[in-house]
Amino acid sequence: MTNTDATSQDPGTRPAHAPILSLRGISKSFGAVSALTDIELDIHPGEVVALVGDNGAGKSTLVKILAGVHQPTAGTIEFDGKEVSIASPGAALGLGIATVFQDLALCENLDVVANLFLGHELSALRLDEVSMEVKAWTLLRELAARIPSVREPIASLSGGQRQTVAIARSLLLSPKIIMLDEPTAALGVAQTAEVLNLIERVRDRGLGVIMISHNMEDVRAVADRVVVLRLGRNNGIFTPDASNQELVAAITGATENAVSRRRDRKAAQHSAVEEIAL
Amino acid sequence: MIQNSQPALDRSDERVRHDETLSGALKGFLDRIRSGDLGTLPVVVGLIVISAVFTYLNPVFIAPDNIVNMLFDCATVGVISLGIVCVLMLGEIDLSVGSMSGFASAIVGVLWVNHGWPIAAAIAVAICAGAVCGGIYALLFNRLGMPSFIASLSGLLAILGMQLYILGPTGSINLPYTSPFVMFGQILIMPGWCAYILAVLPGAVMVLTGMSTRTRRLAANLSARPLTAVLLRAGLMTIGLVLAVYYLSLGRGVPWMFGMFVGFVVVMNYALTRTKWGRSMTAIGGNREAARRAGINVRLIYTSAFVLCSTLAALGGILSCARLASSSQQAGTGDVNLNAIAAAVIGGTSLFGGRGSAWSALLGIIVIQAISNGLTLLNLPSSLRYMITGGVLAIAVIVDSLARRSRASHGRA
Ligand SMILES: Nc1ncnc2c1ncn2[C@@H]1O[C@H](COP(=O)(O)OP(=O)(O)OP(=O)(O)O)[C@@H](O)[C@H]1O
Ligand SMILES: [Mg+2]
Repeated sequence: MTNTDATSQDPGTRPAHAPILSLRGISKSFGAVSALTDIELDIHPGEVVALVGDNGAGKSTLVKILAGVHQPTAGTIEFDGKEVSIASPGAALGLGIATVFQDLALCENLDVVANLFLGHELSALRLDEVSMEVKAWTLLRELAARIPSVREPIASLSGGQRQTVAIARSLLLSPKIIMLDEPTAALGVAQTAEVLNLIERVRDRGLGVIMISHNMEDVRAVADRVVVLRLGRNNGIFTPDASNQELVAAITGATENAVSRRRDRKAAQHSAVEEIAL
Repeated sequence: MIQNSQPALDRSDERVRHDETLSGALKGFLDRIRSGDLGTLPVVVGLIVISAVFTYLNPVFIAPDNIVNMLFDCATVGVISLGIVCVLMLGEIDLSVGSMSGFASAIVGVLWVNHGWPIAAAIAVAICAGAVCGGIYALLFNRLGMPSFIASLSGLLAILGMQLYILGPTGSINLPYTSPFVMFGQILIMPGWCAYILAVLPGAVMVLTGMSTRTRRLAANLSARPLTAVLLRAGLMTIGLVLAVYYLSLGRGVPWMFGMFVGFVVVMNYALTRTKWGRSMTAIGGNREAARRAGINVRLIYTSAFVLCSTLAALGGILSCARLASSSQQAGTGDVNLNAIAAAVIGGTSLFGGRGSAWSALLGIIVIQAISNGLTLLNLPSSLRYMITGGVLAIAVIVDSLARRSRASHGRA
């Protein structure tokens, strides 16, 4: 196992700036379950951090704490060098932390435009539908969205279309940090590529990005650092060129695991087949 | 016509049928109905059927003066129903609106007649009582997580108790017939010219906003509704309204009180559809957690809805004591509560939250009043009236549930 210590990491991969967001000793328990224990995490401007871990590792919980949906049980959050408490989703958005939630959090009875601008409509007393619709199309174009009409309720969209809407919404407020919880889980090939492009674009604009994904290929493609959570604890920080074996070992907590066993078995079968063929 | 080289922004996906022409607009309308997005259609059809039946049974029903009376009655409960629309939009309920209206009418009677306060002050106190009551429900809901159903059910009893308490042993106060307040509730009618202007105004506003929206949309490279469709809608509406005003003027004319009620409906409709507040209401009714995560102050919106509902209930009570020229222990009891809630649901506001419109209060209360008025004309006993009104409410809820299912399967939430 090549777990690096959570706080001492390869200095070569760390951007020179001070972190825009740093978590110290964040813990969260739901009743008897401790979903997160003593999490340490730094996000720098212009950096993509991939958060990986098994199902139930606590990734979404961490994102929800930063989005103001849950309150941490213990620990401190520093944003832009100042200690903050993110008491509500509104507070998180106010700080400049935008989130694409795993469950998307869209209102099915509202149309695409209304969902994109929800809580941040243009001109509160006389909604400016025309400007909102134009802006909506611009955002969706950027993501190569395949959405036939922005005036249909969200309920009529496919899973991937909804995901695109949720991602577009996170860009609306020009945030400083974007958190994407499995943003490409339901997306088609072109849309996934567009989202990865987008992640690189916002990184180049100097935003911090936290991306959660189970897809190691996507992670390797865009991440500057890979942070592994396991059973609610930090379990190592890697560079994206770390070997698959290393990552899987950190995620599952053992060099000998379901993934490696399967790979070994496949390899054995493969060589057996080759032997027969010979 | 401006010829754009590139297709309009919202016309670039070739899978969408584009309803550019008048027949296209009609086709879109039929599609919506079929998918369960019924809007006001069932209630309009229902109203026509009800009127036809009652007119057949007793022609007095359709007489202009009977309709004028009906409109006076609509205004009182209709205002209460408008508040119910607000809480239903959030998927909540207020069962104490009847009691609140009775309490408000008692406050006006006691302060104005018994204590000799100026009428305006008495009305202000009654309205404030409504606002405070709504504030208490909001507090119980937001801070203690008490379901509005239970909070308002206990409120129903408590407020009724207060009404009986302040009325004291006499139990009934007569309001002076000659006062402008009671005249407003019983006889004040718009002058003819005023009624006609008000009948033409909505169509004119529709055309003007329709044209300005169209120019703005075309300028922004978006598709726009065909001008003929806008003109047709506005024209049909104006003709309808002018005919209605003409018919009413064959009797006493259009009551000011009803005009005020319609004014409230228009304002509420604007607030629900064209403001950030209304958008937040719809969003919370659809998915409370999503609305919260979008940064909406959910508690504040709940508070506004509960306060608005109780305040409008108080206002409805004030109007009804003007209508009856008395504040009594019976005010606000009986079927007031049910009628106010039923009107909103019959008019098409969903009990499940997230769908509804201010117009449903207007349409629904007209249906309810038509039924109750028609049954009264037939000299049916109140036992039968209750049963029939109950049946109509059941039908309305069934239509709501079925339409909801159909919408779910057509992806319209
Ligand atoms: N609202 C909640 N109440 C109680 N327990 C919760 C709640 N949310 C999450 N948990 C628990 O916290 C743990 C971590 O959940 P979380 O959703 O963060 O996992 P995850 O890493 O996002 O998993 P996945 O990859 O499946 O999305 C789980 O054991 C879960 O049961
Ligand atoms: Mg998750």
